[in-house]
Amino acid sequence: MRRALVIPLLSALFLAVFLSSCGKKQEEKTVKIGVILPLTGLQSTFGQSVRKGVELALEEVNKAGGVLGKQVECIIEDDESKSDEAQTVAMKLITKDKVHLIIGEVVSSSTLAIAPLCQRYKIPLITPSATNVDVTKTGDFIFRTCFIDDFQGSALARFAIENLKSKRAAILKDVKSDYSLGLASAFANTFKQMGGEIVNEQAYTAGDTDFRTQLTSMKASNPDLIFIPGYYTEVGLIIRQARELSIKAMLLGGDGWDSPKLIEIAKADADGTYYGTHFSPEEKEPRVQEFVSAFKKKYNEVPDALAALGYDTLRLVVDAIKRARTLDSEKIKEELAKTDNFPGVTGDITIDENRNAKKPIVILKIEGQKPTYFTTIKP
Amino acid sequence: MNLFLQQLVNGLAWGGIYALISIGYTMVYGVMQLINFAHGDVFMAGAFAGLVVANLLPNKTSFPSVILIFLSAMLFSTFLGILIERFGYRSLWKKNAPRLSLLIVAVSISLLLENGGLLIFGAAPRSFPQIIPLKNYSLGGILFTNLQIILILTSLFLMGFLHIIVMRTKMGRAMRAVAEDSEMAALLGIPRERILSFTFALGSALAGIAGVMVALYTPQINPLMGLLPGLKAFVAAVLGGIGSIPGAMLGGFVLGEAETLVSAYLSSSYRDLLAFLVLILILLFRPQGLLGKGAVEKI
Repeated sequence: MRRALVIPLLSALFLAVFLSSCGKKQEEKTVKIGVILPLTGLQSTFGQSVRKGVELALEEVNKAGGVLGKQVECIIEDDESKSDEAQTVAMKLITKDKVHLIIGEVVSSSTLAIAPLCQRYKIPLITPSATNVDVTKTGDFIFRTCFIDDFQGSALARFAIENLKSKRAAILKDVKSDYSLGLASAFANTFKQMGGEIVNEQAYTAGDTDFRTQLTSMKASNPDLIFIPGYYTEVGLIIRQARELSIKAMLLGGDGWDSPKLIEIAKADADGTYYGTHFSPEEKEPRVQEFVSAFKKKYNEVPDALAALGYDTLRLVVDAIKRARTLDSEKIKEELAKTDNFPGVTGDITIDENRNAKKPIVILKIEGQKPTYFTTIKP
Repeated sequence: MNLFLQQLVNGLAWGGIYALISIGYTMVYGVMQLINFAHGDVFMAGAFAGLVVANLLPNKTSFPSVILIFLSAMLFSTFLGILIERFGYRSLWKKNAPRLSLLIVAVSISLLLENGGLLIFGAAPRSFPQIIPLKNYSLGGILFTNLQIILILTSLFLMGFLHIIVMRTKMGRAMRAVAEDSEMAALLGIPRERILSFTFALGSALAGIAGVMVALYTPQINPLMGLLPGLKAFVAAVLGGIGSIPGAMLGGFVLGEAETLVSAYLSSSYRDLLAFLVLILILLFRPQGLLGKGAVEKI
């Protein structure tokens, strides 16, 4: 091409793009909800579970006529379990797809990465499972439908002392994860307040595969319980290597353990360990059982906590839009904040003044390589 | 004291692994003055080859299966190493291209292997089947697992074997000749290209076995598992004196122990920091490494 032609052609192209983007905003035909999940990578089983729960709820909502006379549309994006990728897809959802609100992310670090964006563009962000305290402190557009790390950590400490009669606990935490650090400090505080002693604290980094050094040091201080606030990939290996080093202490963890992968990795070594989570499919509550059977029908598997949280989150969001009677994000935000005792399958959800959910925590025990319902701790 | 010895045992296992990988770095550097940054990914490929074969076998825990898994990982990574040398480096090397070009090729091959692995196997970590049933032994209060013993003995055995190849065979002598003076070796009729292939094959075979050993030890693998151990093995090679095979072995063990002790007595957060701190210090104060000969160029 001759150079003389290049400049006029390029300017024509730019002009065309500019004009087309100036077109008048048309009336939306659907309610657009963006969903950001780790569908591949380290936390992929979490992301896939939430996706299944969201899609089941979406199907039910649309079958019942949608909301405000419109069908609900979910635009689901994968962030590959990376927080920078989460920011990229969040920008895409906000500026290109023009979603009305966003559900996501699953883990705290990625949610903390996208929360400031949503706050700046005034798009309500509702995370189904990011439990770190700081997530909702970002601003008044950020909500969650799960309990927070503080609550979880201190509930687990109460459980360790009251139910497991633990006196000497050790903590093995992931220093790169806000979730893990939050849980660890809340656990330590409550445990000490209730008369227990933290005898050893060790650290690892997500992605590590050898924990023998830390476990060897722990074993020397002879704890009766090891609290491991981490995610299933590493925790599975930690459990295995702890038993390999013949550590007899009880092992306890949080909702980061809640994945079938944990037992797949740790196998029989996982038996006798406890963890706290959001949901148990064994609860007798009729709405829980209805959800479990609908989920089984659609996916041919039993829902885990993340699937239940995904399901609750989409329904809670639709409920708020219904009450707001408009797609104005300011109004939706106000109605989300007013949520009071929303009957979810993960318990009654009330959004408090800090936009966190107040709800019960379920303790599961792994027996015969299966998580079984152990007890519920009320808020 | 017991605790300290116990930690040393833990460190020994990783030391052996680093040593095996760093031998590959050091040998390749010896014959062609190239840091083969794709070496860590050959190690990863060995682990995955082991996984694929293990999943095909019906009776994974029988002795022949275990041998077969190790052999196939070794063969696959040997083959991969030869391919990398033949199609990645050789033409550039023959043209006497600047070393920077070779280095860029090395980094590209590394990225190619990592992302190829992600494409084929996905990013999610895979559990490696337990092909060797676990047994615990206690010796004066210090706990050993059979896996640790196998790991340490295998790496020592392989290093002994390598020593014999390099020092006692014709191929080994030719290799040393090329390392000492490549031009002169060629003038005297040593087929340099065959020596190059042989060096890559040898180093990659060791990395492949190290891959399966790590896979057994942790027991979890993913396509990016070669990145950090690869870099650390490189540090170990520099620490021991790059180009020196006994140096690579020593460097591997020193680094493995140092890492374990740092995470035992300081914090595991400093563990990765340590390796690279060692690299900087060595390059600043003793660029020829612990066992290297003087007048080695800085890299």
